[in-house]
Amino acid sequence: MSGTVEIEIPARADYVSLVRLVVAAAAEMAPSLEPSRVDDLRVAVSEATTNAIQAHIRSGSTRPVRVCCHCSNGSVVVTVRDEGPGFDVDALPEMPPPESEARLGRESGMGISIMRALADNSSIDSSPEGTEVRLAFLH
Amino acid sequence: MTVTIRRREKPPWTVLSVGGDLDVVGAPDLRQAVVAAVADGSRRLALDLSELDFVDSFGIGAVVGALKRLRQRGGDLALVCPSPRIRRVFEICDLDRILALHDSIDSLLEPSPVGSAGATSGRGRP
Repeated sequence: MSGTVEIEIPARADYVSLVRLVVAAAAEMAPSLEPSRVDDLRVAVSEATTNAIQAHIRSGSTRPVRVCCHCSNGSVVVTVRDEGPGFDVDALPEMPPPESEARLGRESGMGISIMRALADNSSIDSSPEGTEVRLAFLH
Repeated sequence: MTVTIRRREKPPWTVLSVGGDLDVVGAPDLRQAVVAAVADGSRRLALDLSELDFVDSFGIGAVVGALKRLRQRGGDLALVCPSPRIRRVFEICDLDRILALHDSIDSLLEPSPVGSAGATSGRGRP
């Protein structure tokens, strides 16, 4: 069985929970994806979608954020696309070690690390025209 | 689902029971609750995440902010986090290395053995 669910949401934070709900429901219909992996998917998609929404809010864009979830026998692949100003993926600041005092000054900036840790494969393609995050979870 | 926060006293701890979704929408509510508890004099704060359904980096950020606020005042923060899927997010961020993670409120309240950091799990505190 395979199928694709696509949704467009306004760039509003209160839509993130809806995206989590839809993507998790679609993934649960895919055979052999363990429940714990669906939990990982929810977190990773939440991070990507929130980042996309914030990119639109910062740039003043009124365009929707697009989320596509493709489920197949071998994987669940989620793509989150925004039309924000983009960012330099290679210039993301490193998180200080947890034991350092500086770490407690960093209350944000963990989302991409979490996404990368949870997905089996991930990629970020960013340009001044927007950013596409692709998250793959393998069965 | 939005976040729910309930405060109660379990001396010497003030316990904030956090339920629902601790994300970009829910995290500001936790920040406010922590600020209020500290303003009321709480210095040992426990976040009971037993009823938490979801946490992402925004929730983690609110917890880091709570830890910073308490340590600046000579206090401390502990987490009650029995759910492996919630705990996993804290572990990815290495916060289990600086926060005491407990499996239950009871284990939080148990006297710690001499030389122990008091956590029943996690990688302890610095």
